[in-house]
Amino acid sequence: MSAVLHPGGHGHGHDDHAHDDHHHAPHGWRRWVFATNHKDIGTLYMLFAFTMLMIGGVLALLIRLELFQPGLQFVNPELFNQFTTMHGLIMVFGAIMPAFVGFANWMIPLQIGAGDMAFARMNNFSFWLMIPAAIMLVASFFMPGGAPAAGWTLYAPLTLQMGPSMDAGIFAMHILGASSIMGSINIVVTILNMRAPGMTLMKMPMFVWTWLITAYLLIAVMPVLAGAITMTLTDRHFGTSFFNPAGGGDPIMYQHVFWFFGHPEVYIMILPAFGIVSQIIPAFARKRLFGYASMVYATASIAILSFIVWAHHMYTTGMPLTGQLFFMYATMLISVPTGVKVFNWIATMWRGSMTFETPMLWAVGFIFVFTMGGFTGLILSMAPIDINLQDTYYVVAHFHYVLVAGSLFAMFAGVYYWGPKWTGVMYSEGRGKFHFWGSLVTFNITFFPMHFLGMAGMPRRYADYPLQFADFNMIASIGALGFGLMQVYFFLFVVVPMMRGKGAKAPQKPWEAAEGLEWEVPSPAPFHTFETPPTLDVTATKVLKF
Amino acid sequence: MSATTKGVTPYYYVPAPSRHPVMTSIGLFFVILGAGQWVNGHGWGAYALLFGLLWTVFVLRQWFGEAAGEAEAGMLSDRVDVSHRWSMAWFIFSEVMFFAAFFGALYWARTQSVPSLGSLENALLWPDFKGIWPSSGAGATGSPAGIVEPFQTMGPWPLPTINTGLLLTSGVTLTIAHHALIANQRAKAIGWMWITVLLGTVFLFCQGYEYAHAYSELNLKLSSGIYGSTFYMLTGFHGFHVFVGTIMLLVMTIRLMKGHFTPERHFGFEGAAWYWHFVDVVWLGLYFIVYWM
Amino acid sequence: MATTVALAVNDLPGGPGVRQMDFQTPATQIAAEQHWLHVVMMVICGVICLAVFGVMFYSIIKHRKSKGHKPANFHESIAVEIAWTIVPFVIVIGMGAMATKTVVAMKDTTNADVTIKATGYQWKWGYDYLKGEGEGISFLQTLDTTQRAMSDAGKPEGDNYLLKVDNPLVVPVGKKIRIITTANDVIHAWMIPAFGVKQDAIPGFVRDTWFRAERTGDFYGQCAELCGKEHAYMPIHVKVVTDAEYTTWVAGEKKKLAALADDPAKEWKLPDLIARGEKVYANNCAACHQANGKGAGPIKPLDASPVVLDADKGKQIAVLLHGQNNGAMPAWKQLSDTEIAAVITYTKNSWSNKTEQIVQPAEVVAARK
Ligand code: HEA
Ligand code: HEA
Ligand code: CUA
Ligand SMILES: [Cu+2]
Repeated sequence: MSAVLHPGGHGHGHDDHAHDDHHHAPHGWRRWVFATNHKDIGTLYMLFAFTMLMIGGVLALLIRLELFQPGLQFVNPELFNQFTTMHGLIMVFGAIMPAFVGFANWMIPLQIGAGDMAFARMNNFSFWLMIPAAIMLVASFFMPGGAPAAGWTLYAPLTLQMGPSMDAGIFAMHILGASSIMGSINIVVTILNMRAPGMTLMKMPMFVWTWLITAYLLIAVMPVLAGAITMTLTDRHFGTSFFNPAGGGDPIMYQHVFWFFGHPEVYIMILPAFGIVSQIIPAFARKRLFGYASMVYATASIAILSFIVWAHHMYTTGMPLTGQLFFMYATMLISVPTGVKVFNWIATMWRGSMTFETPMLWAVGFIFVFTMGGFTGLILSMAPIDINLQDTYYVVAHFHYVLVAGSLFAMFAGVYYWGPKWTGVMYSEGRGKFHFWGSLVTFNITFFPMHFLGMAGMPRRYADYPLQFADFNMIASIGALGFGLMQVYFFLFVVVPMMRGKGAKAPQKPWEAAEGLEWEVPSPAPFHTFETPPTLDVTATKVLKF
Repeated sequence: MSATTKGVTPYYYVPAPSRHPVMTSIGLFFVILGAGQWVNGHGWGAYALLFGLLWTVFVLRQWFGEAAGEAEAGMLSDRVDVSHRWSMAWFIFSEVMFFAAFFGALYWARTQSVPSLGSLENALLWPDFKGIWPSSGAGATGSPAGIVEPFQTMGPWPLPTINTGLLLTSGVTLTIAHHALIANQRAKAIGWMWITVLLGTVFLFCQGYEYAHAYSELNLKLSSGIYGSTFYMLTGFHGFHVFVGTIMLLVMTIRLMKGHFTPERHFGFEGAAWYWHFVDVVWLGLYFIVYWM
Repeated sequence: MATTVALAVNDLPGGPGVRQMDFQTPATQIAAEQHWLHVVMMVICGVICLAVFGVMFYSIIKHRKSKGHKPANFHESIAVEIAWTIVPFVIVIGMGAMATKTVVAMKDTTNADVTIKATGYQWKWGYDYLKGEGEGISFLQTLDTTQRAMSDAGKPEGDNYLLKVDNPLVVPVGKKIRIITTANDVIHAWMIPAFGVKQDAIPGFVRDTWFRAERTGDFYGQCAELCGKEHAYMPIHVKVVTDAEYTTWVAGEKKKLAALADDPAKEWKLPDLIARGEKVYANNCAACHQANGKGAGPIKPLDASPVVLDADKGKQIAVLLHGQNNGAMPAWKQLSDTEIAAVITYTKNSWSNKTEQIVQPAEVVAARK
């Protein structure tokens, strides 16, 4: 098996700087539970995220099962709402966010030439905090009254009617928030303070840049979410009236506070994906990333704009005219920096010398399908159109295009791209391509028809629907099963073999034109890398001396 | 970690595998389990919560003790020191955002929800409600539905002003202690630190007294509509921060007494001081916005 | 099986069509504008997509290593980058400008001919005609009970499955109808896709929207904000009729209301009041507290509840008038005095509760003061 699971097994490349005076990592369970090594913690994060993806995915399949045909067949509407809510929460907070933190843990120290994360113990703490939270979330299904069923947005005052599981959920979210904040501080400090000499900010790999900005978003908005749910908690149990009009409060205030968090949150889930794609496209186009500086500025603009657009989720709450116009214009503006990114990727591909190994397929697939999701977002941002589409399946289609075909696809791209570095083993191209094409097709079968459903007026979070919507729902359900099966295939036939070290041995740099310090260390990456800062060449992509 | 660079201080100290994080998580598991059950009226929840809190405090003590030991053993290079500075700064920023959520709630209540609940259109639902702030003024029912008992609001005199004085003074005494530490006058530093801790503690007592007064004489409660909600949430959350800050300062005082820190190297101390000043600044905001405006 | 279902269903005029892939046919000026905006957006986005992906796929096909393409060396161009920042910016400004007029029009709820308050309840709609012809009319709109039963049985049928209600909202054609929304418990949303209208109904607050239907007919919508377990079962049915038909309907409705009105001073007999209360209970309370009074999950049982059994009747009256637990149990003060008295009397004398207490409407009147 690879070095990921056996730290002792250093590769023996000429540049392996492992010395005898190293601590060798402990073996057995202690190695994982007490881990302070960024690579181990990264692996833990990824495994956790994948587990949550499976749980969230099974919930999604249960939703699709119930919606396969009109009429209630399997679950009652209350349970259905629990599925929807927990699916959203688990996917957002359990799958997508931790997976990106896993990437950050693995890649940022490698990419900037740092020995580890700035705060290794706190890093482990960020990870282990998620476990009690995840247990509480999943256990809430077994509490009296079942899991929270107020939607992942947890709108008051519906949350005030929920059973005890709501409090479990609130506390779990507090803990997850603390974990995210600590993780982000760790990332920010690592990037700001631990770059190898010569790795100036404007020479950092794009993935590092996107994570730096993402981490700032997280530090800024996770506490706001914590504030929102704390007010929910006190309204539920301590007699306060934050969201209770009878006492002078306002349910809409919850929405403002929530979306002040919620909108930046969606960019938290996409910016690292942009980063991954920005690494992969140049590698397989054999050409430098086009417009590096404008990529950085575009990412920053997206992040800054994301703070002033939140009320586009609230057009139907009845805002004043000026509010509606302001949030409409501001939201539309985000298309401009996002467009810059898309154009830059394409300009990178332009007149390159491309090959289409699996990571590149996912990256190109990402650009194509994410952009479609971006355009539906733009359509939703037009207040008059959104009045028709808000809380319909069109919105569901929009955000699965950006979240599944965006965040998740980029993650798959990243796993194929860096997987050999992590495990020391090449995946099988055939299987990777099958996974890609199968996922792309079934993804579109699942979510494309939802646009039609939404336009025709099918509301979301519905356990049953008028018969006119039957056919598209059925198609979506079939697609969802297919998409789910593709991910099981991915796990069994790509991830498991790689983790068990089955497959061709990965060279130090499997991709001809990949750039960056991660390719300067052997595959699998030794347990310790860059304990003392390496000397870099002027482009900060090559190590001259360890 | 490897000691590959010159001297004993590693280039960047990476701690060895540690059981503290996972142990703290276990403690927090009991905290959230217990808290979640307790608020729903299950008595055992309170015990689980207490157990979790004790556990967490115990483990954190070990953890921080170990971290302090590493600092004293000279394991932390300048670069680690810079990391500590960045991290404390951004942690405080995250706290600012946490407070921002509650200040935002107050802002919203005052400029949006209360006025619109009392607006002409809303007379359809709440004919008798006057949208004035504080919502207990003459002629106001305190809450649109009349579910809130009459209460009086908390003015700035005298306690909150005394508290302002206490906190501002504590900022000064803390700075004196800091300068004393830099000047290597340890005894003086310790003395001023004790005064600072004392000021923080007195603040907490005053606030406790203020709450008791509010509950018993002003009938101002958590359940006093949006006024009571925002009042207690903001001041209570701040009070909790004062509590944490006081403990930090206390720990720093004890560390000073144990001979920790050097005039050049004492970020543990400085971090606690930053935190304290932050709590101070938030208080000034509270003092003007909650008590005066 | 589902395919047979699909075969058995037809387009629902004023509601969704079978496999419909577009907005519902607009029935108001606003909806038509929204529809038009959407078409324009689709065209613009389509053109951009074609251009962007045209370039991308051209490059994917031509610039391959397998075709022997050698990589070029360029990696930035200030001019190009500025251009593709400015051009989208301009496009976006254009889009915003287009939408503005419609936003302004949507928001203008002044000069309505008829004003109706729509109140969301878990899980039904209450309507009060506040102003204009029909003022004073008020009724509830609930999902037709057979629909819910079909849903539970998993055997749905009918073109208006889940959209059929007991009392449609009737409005005159060509008149500006202002809908004031509010809610009694949690947030709901009142929507009619064909009118291009969707407005959240927020407890404790009023919001408004408007429409002017351009043709007569039946129009359907559903609650569009998650409001608890029966969220999928609180449809909206608007019947747009000619002026003359509307006048007749108003007259009929007024007569019904007069006949139904209760005298709050009347002294009731226990069995009569219980019988009346049972209906009130079934319509309003059973959704949460269950027909057997046992509650569910976080919802408190009424059977053997100390408040219900309490000799002090005032306690339960207060709960009904003001709600409890921060509105988790909403206030029911919109029910008439007789209804409140009846339903309290019913709960005090049902299931295992045998208090023999009777609450007269007059007591509720007094408590309201
Ligand atoms: C990864 C997550 C992600 C991302 C990246 C986005 C991106 C965007 N989103 Fe999305 N959104 C969500 C996740 C995300 N969203 C989620 C989860 C919800 C629902 C939450 C809930 O209610 O549960 C939601 C809901 C949502 C709504 C509310 C819908 C409603 O409830 O009524 C709106 C409305 O404005 C919106 C808009 C946008 C816009 C304008 C973008 C833009 O950033 C997109 C920009 C991209 C492009 C436009 C394409 C590329 C650009 C070009 C090729 C340049 C050329 C273009 C032009 C000149 C126009 N989103
Ligand atoms: C963040 C990421 C994310 C991801 C990855 C997904 C993935 C999927 N989502 Fe998700 N979804 C959300 C975020 C996400 N979703 C959010 C935020 C909401 C809103 C919630 C709310 O309204 O509050 C939502 C809501 C939502 C709805 C609307 C529910 C409703 O309104 O009632 C639907 C309906 O089809 C849906 C479907 C799917 C499907 C089919 C997938 C698929 O991609 C999933 C693919 C499946 C797998 C990856 C699992 C594979 C595992 C197996 C197949 C195991 C099989 C095992 C056995 C058979 C034993 N989602
Ligand atoms: Cu009412 Cu959903
Ligand atoms: Cu958004």
